[in-house]
Amino acid sequence: MERDRAALTLDAEPNTLPRWLVPALAVLPATFLAGLYFWPLGTLLTRVIQPDSIGDALQRPGLAGVVWFTFWQALSSTVLTLAIGFAPAYLLARYRFLGRHALLALVTVPFMLPTVVVGAAFLALLPKEWHGTAQAVVIAHVFFNIAVVVRLVGAMWAVLPTDLTAAARTLGASPAQVLRHVVLPLLRPSLWAAATVVFLFTFTSFGVVRLLGGPAHPTLEVEIVRRATQLGDVDGAAVLSLLQLLVLAIAVWISARLQRRGTHSFTGSSHWRRARSRREQCAVFCVAAAVAIVMLLPLTVMVSRSLRLGGRWTLIAWRELGSSEVRPGVSLGVDPIASLLTSLRFAAVAAVISVIVGGLAALAIAAARRRGALLDIGLMLPLGTSAVTVGLGLLITFDTAPFDWRGRWWLIPLGHALVAIPFVVRAVLPVLRAIPSDQRAAAATLGASPARAWLAIDVRRVLRPLVAASGLAGAISLGEFGATTLLTRAGRETMPIAIAQLLGRTGELPRAQGFALATILLVATAAIIVIVMGAAEREGLFDADRH
Amino acid sequence: MLTVTDVAVRFGARPILDGMSLELATGEVVALVGPSGVGKSTLLRVIAGLLRPDAGSVVLAGRDITTLPTHQRNIGLMFQDEQLFPHLSVARNVGFGLRMQRQPRATIADRVVELLQLVGLEGFGDRAIGRLSGGEAKRVALARALAPRPAVLLLDEPLTGLDRELHDRLVVDLAALLRATGTSALLVTHDAEEATAIADRTVRMGTQ
Repeated sequence: MERDRAALTLDAEPNTLPRWLVPALAVLPATFLAGLYFWPLGTLLTRVIQPDSIGDALQRPGLAGVVWFTFWQALSSTVLTLAIGFAPAYLLARYRFLGRHALLALVTVPFMLPTVVVGAAFLALLPKEWHGTAQAVVIAHVFFNIAVVVRLVGAMWAVLPTDLTAAARTLGASPAQVLRHVVLPLLRPSLWAAATVVFLFTFTSFGVVRLLGGPAHPTLEVEIVRRATQLGDVDGAAVLSLLQLLVLAIAVWISARLQRRGTHSFTGSSHWRRARSRREQCAVFCVAAAVAIVMLLPLTVMVSRSLRLGGRWTLIAWRELGSSEVRPGVSLGVDPIASLLTSLRFAAVAAVISVIVGGLAALAIAAARRRGALLDIGLMLPLGTSAVTVGLGLLITFDTAPFDWRGRWWLIPLGHALVAIPFVVRAVLPVLRAIPSDQRAAAATLGASPARAWLAIDVRRVLRPLVAASGLAGAISLGEFGATTLLTRAGRETMPIAIAQLLGRTGELPRAQGFALATILLVATAAIIVIVMGAAEREGLFDADRH
Repeated sequence: MLTVTDVAVRFGARPILDGMSLELATGEVVALVGPSGVGKSTLLRVIAGLLRPDAGSVVLAGRDITTLPTHQRNIGLMFQDEQLFPHLSVARNVGFGLRMQRQPRATIADRVVELLQLVGLEGFGDRAIGRLSGGEAKRVALARALAPRPAVLLLDEPLTGLDRELHDRLVVDLAALLRATGTSALLVTHDAEEATAIADRTVRMGTQ
């Protein structure tokens, strides 16, 4: 029925918007995308197809080990995340209990935290002997990605009719058989979807691996940065970037094929219920408490570590944040307060750019209807590309006159905006698509021209969501680490860069300061996320596209 | 065969069932009739073990099964909205209960063919659940519930939601089928006509 109405408005509506409107809206986003994504990607490609570069890059010693480690840590992180995320996914999908909302937020927020904060939290939590080990990386990855399982698998589980499992039980299926023969097969598409997302994120993980993996455990992403910045082997880094893109594309393709088979849609609302028997209530409480502790512990320990020096509680690390000298005359080389100000400035610029470009893009995509898909998908691509690849592309593209912008500060917020724009578009588009076309028709009957009606209804409607989206873009910019690592210059460190540097130092004070700075970043990002999530729920942001 | 004694169920402070008793002899078909909201379906759920009663007992063939888990009861239930497994074919839906009992593959295949024949759906085994008509889905649900030879078959408004003509045809088929297989059955319905057509005996609920 929805489609019928769309067809009707497309073909028969006399009050169409002016022809020039969509191109006029799309020109800036398209230019932005072409200049900052496709051109750099093309430059990367030209570096790669030079005769010797592929052979040279692949022959460097140690590459097989890097690829192998990248792959197996991603695979084990994925399997473990699915296994561990199952219990909270079930709990939140099926039960109604006190604090359900808070627990859902608690599980979701870590996924949106800066990778550096998660890395720092596990540096603080895990014993020293575990630093620089593969298991530290995997544990942090599991913590990070539980949200994916809870959200994707939980969403499907919540609408799975409870009578379907009841039917299996009346046919003699034990609880284990119900799980194996009914629940798992029906959840399969969401399990694949969650597995894919977790695999993609952990395969391209940079911040966590950089902080926790140590020099012995580089992933492809870390190796790309090492070659580009420390070895000066830009061609080699470009080859690895494209190798990584290839793996990601293959993973997405396989997953799309696996998901297409056997998707059953259930209509109806969520089947939440309260625990009934005493034993059930106890189980619900225990799982909820365990999940809450697991999600809170690393972050709490990180905050507390910023308050401890020499085995005592102290505020020294916080008070000394502003001074970059450890002892008189001995400089730390990192200025935490300056990094905070730099980050805020970059976040503000990135947010403004993202909102302008993303807002125009969303209006263009919605106004163009079906033809808008091209711009929509194009703007999503930077998300599917690893952050380091985005940074590397910008780095090698803008290094020669007349585009020698490598040293310019604004290249960094531009890179941040590239990553943030897809989120702005995804936030705003559902709001636009939810506007009934009759609203414009009503405006027309009141004497508004199509363009006037569009201004009064569509444009007015996106303004408030854009405010929420700007917060999100700011949060993304504050935490961005991969692209920034490649584009950063000494004296212009952002918070994540400064945190990584401080935590890489020996000595208690710099580390405590690193944890303090990570705490600031944690509080800032978590606050923005909670506010934006609240706004999203009120205004229907990020709703699944319905059309 | 089945004896229900003084079963009571409350949701919070609200009593849904208040001291319900019922007797079902072997091979007997009893209809439970009454307006919606008197707890007919709740009683079936208690008997099937999907809901634990606050008071009272359920005894099957001399054994108290009030606290026995559903899957160990050998009581079948045909749901109002069928609840066929959408990821399985017709044959695998019908054979589900036998697979849970880990019966040999050949036995299952034979029984599935037999049941599909019984409900008039020969050759439907490979069909996907999504491609069944309303009446076909009801027949598959019945075949699936009968396949493991339950001691008692519970039918929760099994023929609701069909058009008149199809409904009347299925009433005749269902009555004949229950007789032919000698199944002890408890049928919940709000349709008194349907009750007399299918059941040996009718129990009214909620009309004191």
